[in-house]
Amino acid sequence: MSLDEPGARYLAGLLERATGQQLAENRSWRIDAALGPIIRDRGLDGVTGLVARLVEGHDPALQAEVIDQLLNHETFFFRDAPVFRQVDVAALHALHGARAGSRRLRIWSAGCSTGQEVYSLAMIFAEAEGRWAGWTIDLIGTDVSPSCIRRAEQGVYSSFEIQRGLPVTQMIRWFDPDRDDWRVKREIGRRARFSVHNILDPAPSGPFDLVFCRNVLLYLTPERRRQAFQRIAAALAPDGFLVLGAGETVTGHTDAFAADPDARGLFRPAAGAARMRAA
Amino acid sequence: MKTCLVVDDSKVIRKVARHILETLNFQVSEAGDGAEALQHCQQTSPDVVLLDWNMPVMSGMEFLRALGDAAVAPRPKVVFCTTENGIAHIKAAIEAGADEYVMKPFDRDTLASKLQIVGVC
Repeated sequence: MSLDEPGARYLAGLLERATGQQLAENRSWRIDAALGPIIRDRGLDGVTGLVARLVEGHDPALQAEVIDQLLNHETFFFRDAPVFRQVDVAALHALHGARAGSRRLRIWSAGCSTGQEVYSLAMIFAEAEGRWAGWTIDLIGTDVSPSCIRRAEQGVYSSFEIQRGLPVTQMIRWFDPDRDDWRVKREIGRRARFSVHNILDPAPSGPFDLVFCRNVLLYLTPERRRQAFQRIAAALAPDGFLVLGAGETVTGHTDAFAADPDARGLFRPAAGAARMRAA
Repeated sequence: MKTCLVVDDSKVIRKVARHILETLNFQVSEAGDGAEALQHCQQTSPDVVLLDWNMPVMSGMEFLRALGDAAVAPRPKVVFCTTENGIAHIKAAIEAGADEYVMKPFDRDTLASKLQIVGVC
């Protein structure tokens, strides 16, 4: 479905008003694919019938469901594996030294979808138990999608989901079979907390030492992207780290962060960000 | 171009796997059982073997042990690809030397991911 069509434009506007995310032309194909099940379940007359029902404005549950389905939920375990290695050897190594006094780390996965990113991090900590013995590690995953957060909290993944990015040895070490699915073990699950949150809103209680915000900001307008960067900067410790998606950068989008010259793919709060927090 | 030997007694599975692997830029060969696969590896060692478990003549596990005994060099990576999805089977495969494990049914994302994990994709 093209965004030239009035129904698609209505849905794109609905998504943007509710979440700040844009439904660009190159994602407009998602309209038919994502909304097909809703249209079938409710016996509506295609996208046109769905939009007509939404315009009536008497069905907030339908509206919420449509918005949820239009969001991109793509994720998998250890997505962009080199980034996780870099986080482990550079960011976590630095933070292990910098937080040796408090022995506490707070990590925020902003836009965590169904939780694989958070559980990937939980596995990194669990597998380096000796290094982190006696530490309190807070892993907080947030997403604007309530259905994704519900799934993240459940920690149950299909055989297709569990096999994407996750080596088999880690799968059988940290997950238990649950009929045809795989359920995260308690020792991993207990490390993670999830909540519904929009990256454009004030951040959950910080400061955080490490923030993952990958493949989320690309769906925002430049102005909202700047706003999101400001939210993250305000929530990140002055010596913390920001991790963006592969190919994403801060250049041209914000002055609050700069690329870490010593760790490719990681970003650090710029001096301006520290002043902004102090103000 | 990396090479992959698909070992499965099902022609349909071999065809599906070949199609996916070719889109991932692999040069693909096929074998219908473990004995045929072992012979292939002794002549030309592929980068990776995609290996079914239950096959006539020589099973996937028998092939894996024979591959070790045959000292094929360089040893190909071995990725089981099977409907035997229980923990016991997965552990047995890893203990026998399998590098990865794909639970059927599989799709392109699964296969690509597992081949990346073993470093051939």
